[in-house]
Amino acid sequence: MLKQIEGSRAVAEAVALCRPEVICAYPISPQTHIVEGLGEMVKRGALAPCEFINVESEFAAMSVAIGASAAGARAYTATASQGLLFMAEAVFNASGLGLPIVMTVANRAIGAPINIWNDHTDAMSQRDCGWIQLFAETNQEALDLHIQAFRLGEELSLPVMVCMDGFILTHAYERVDMPTQAQVDAYLPPYVPRQSLDPAEPVSIGAMVGPEAFMEVRYLAHVKQMRALELIPGWAEEFRRAFGRDSGGLLHSYRTEDAELVIVALGSVLGTIKDTVDAMRERGVRIGVLGITCFRPWPQEAVRAALAQAKQVLVLEKSLAVGLGGIVSNNVRTSYAGAAQAVRTVIAGLGGRPISRASLERVFAQALDGTLDPVTFLDLDRGLVERALAREREARRSGPIAENILRDLGVVGARIS
Amino acid sequence: MTAVPAVAYTPQSYKSEVKPVWCPGCGDYSVLSAVTKALAKLELPPEQVAVVSGIGCSSRIPAYTNCYGFHGVHGRALAAATGLKVARPDLTVIAAGGDGDGYSIGGNHFLHACRRNVDMTYIVMDNRVYGMTKGQPSPTTEPDWDSKLSPHGTGLREFHPLVIALASGANFIARAFAGDPNGCADLIVQAIRTPGFSFVEVLSPCVTFRPEQREWKTMAHPAAVAPTDDPARAARRLMTDDGFNIGILYAGNRAPYRSAQAARVSPAELEKEFAL
Repeated sequence: MLKQIEGSRAVAEAVALCRPEVICAYPISPQTHIVEGLGEMVKRGALAPCEFINVESEFAAMSVAIGASAAGARAYTATASQGLLFMAEAVFNASGLGLPIVMTVANRAIGAPINIWNDHTDAMSQRDCGWIQLFAETNQEALDLHIQAFRLGEELSLPVMVCMDGFILTHAYERVDMPTQAQVDAYLPPYVPRQSLDPAEPVSIGAMVGPEAFMEVRYLAHVKQMRALELIPGWAEEFRRAFGRDSGGLLHSYRTEDAELVIVALGSVLGTIKDTVDAMRERGVRIGVLGITCFRPWPQEAVRAALAQAKQVLVLEKSLAVGLGGIVSNNVRTSYAGAAQAVRTVIAGLGGRPISRASLERVFAQALDGTLDPVTFLDLDRGLVERALAREREARRSGPIAENILRDLGVVGARIS
Repeated sequence: MTAVPAVAYTPQSYKSEVKPVWCPGCGDYSVLSAVTKALAKLELPPEQVAVVSGIGCSSRIPAYTNCYGFHGVHGRALAAATGLKVARPDLTVIAAGGDGDGYSIGGNHFLHACRRNVDMTYIVMDNRVYGMTKGQPSPTTEPDWDSKLSPHGTGLREFHPLVIALASGANFIARAFAGDPNGCADLIVQAIRTPGFSFVEVLSPCVTFRPEQREWKTMAHPAAVAPTDDPARAARRLMTDDGFNIGILYAGNRAPYRSAQAARVSPAELEKEFAL
């Protein structure tokens, strides 16, 4: 059924269609509308039987979800940014225990400085924690990925994080095709846990494991993720047959057929990139796009195949490995058969900095004519940076960087005497 | 030695030029006013005061003062304030924030800050709601308060911050009302003057998401009894009062946490101890 609704609402309705049994709710921007949407459905009685728990923190949200999942319930929570970092210990715990919790991450920057706007730093900080990580390009895909996430997680007994860009997707009203309950029920069978707290067959979950077996348990987590790589394309195909649209899968190529330059990215920025690529294609530029939907497990072979004919690769990413450069680009380098130097990193959109077509076109053109630096910060204000560096050279006690820069910009009128 | 000219501090001396972004009618404006009045009364130089907060509407308060400000992460105001105070015992430290920050995500630190009894004042602007994320239930929210995130109410008993502070070892416990900034300022003065961990819970209405809290002005009333230093009597009082008793409700005599002093053992003595 076609609906014109907010992205958060679409996700809340999709999660409801998956018949969650325990939902842990804690507010944090830009995720709050999702759990509020579920709360409204609980109030209407549209979600029974489902325990809707107001928890005291994100750490509690994930911990309650762990308990619920260990008891055999289908558990869901949603968070963003600082909330994801606050629950990080429990996030690792969930994957280590193999509990198929599904969590939405409404991607947002991490402080300090405090920032509520979108980038991918939150999800990237947890990329190696053992969760499957899927990135949605549109609200339709965000909705669909949740349905796939429950199926995938429960089949493999692994938690799944569905990442959607905060505000850009969560707060955007878009047309989505909402499946029916019957469609979802046919695609997503009831949850049969691999492990469960069952009085008839008592087990203890969470054993301490020493050097004699720890590596084997971790290796098996890796094996499970590799198994996901084999299963995801088939399930995306099954999803396409059942729901009539391409959603999910490992990755999506766009106009790469004869592309010399391929732009790789995750999430909603793919839309802007495709528009830019379309405009450049009209002028005869051989350029294409590779969108990564499944970031963990990393689709090594699929990326390699998708980039096989590319002479140059530009990875546009909304996160920064401080002291290194790109995160996604370093993953891409492992899958690119050509020279590592041909994979360039463009860091963009940190803390919600807009990514414009004009700026994209500029760096794409630079990549094509070979003048793009190995690591570029899109639309970085060099003047501001130089002033801050000069201040630090001039005085040992140069003060807090963020506040000084805001003062340079005239954004804050703090008293200076 | 040149004489230091006497500075006349006024509440304005403690206000920054940053304009608060709180909603019109928010109780937090009065708390900001009360804090600056209290500091003026105590004649503390602004640079001798540190205001530390976490996340939330009320946690924006450091930026609105002219004191040293520290805006930390959600729930960690007290932990950061503890670090600040033990590193600089000469400073007057005020931790401030809301009920979500202090009692929920930071609830653990609240217990241990009371227990540790470091000399600081903790001001909680309690409006029984998460305001910054636009109206979700906090630990002090009434169990039947219906919201998008609490369908038909949470059904959970409210957190009793003052009782918990007492049980955890806070040395000074007061309740103030934002509707009376002068009275609130007096309580903050007493809280700062009292050594150890002083806790001031301020009923600070959220007119946007809890408009019914406008009625608090008819409900707040001065505590009918004098402050006590008897924890048992205070416990009974705090467990049974109507939640609108304004005043100092407990003032104890616990010795505050003592910061590390100069080394008691000289390096020469230490060396002797480890000599083979």
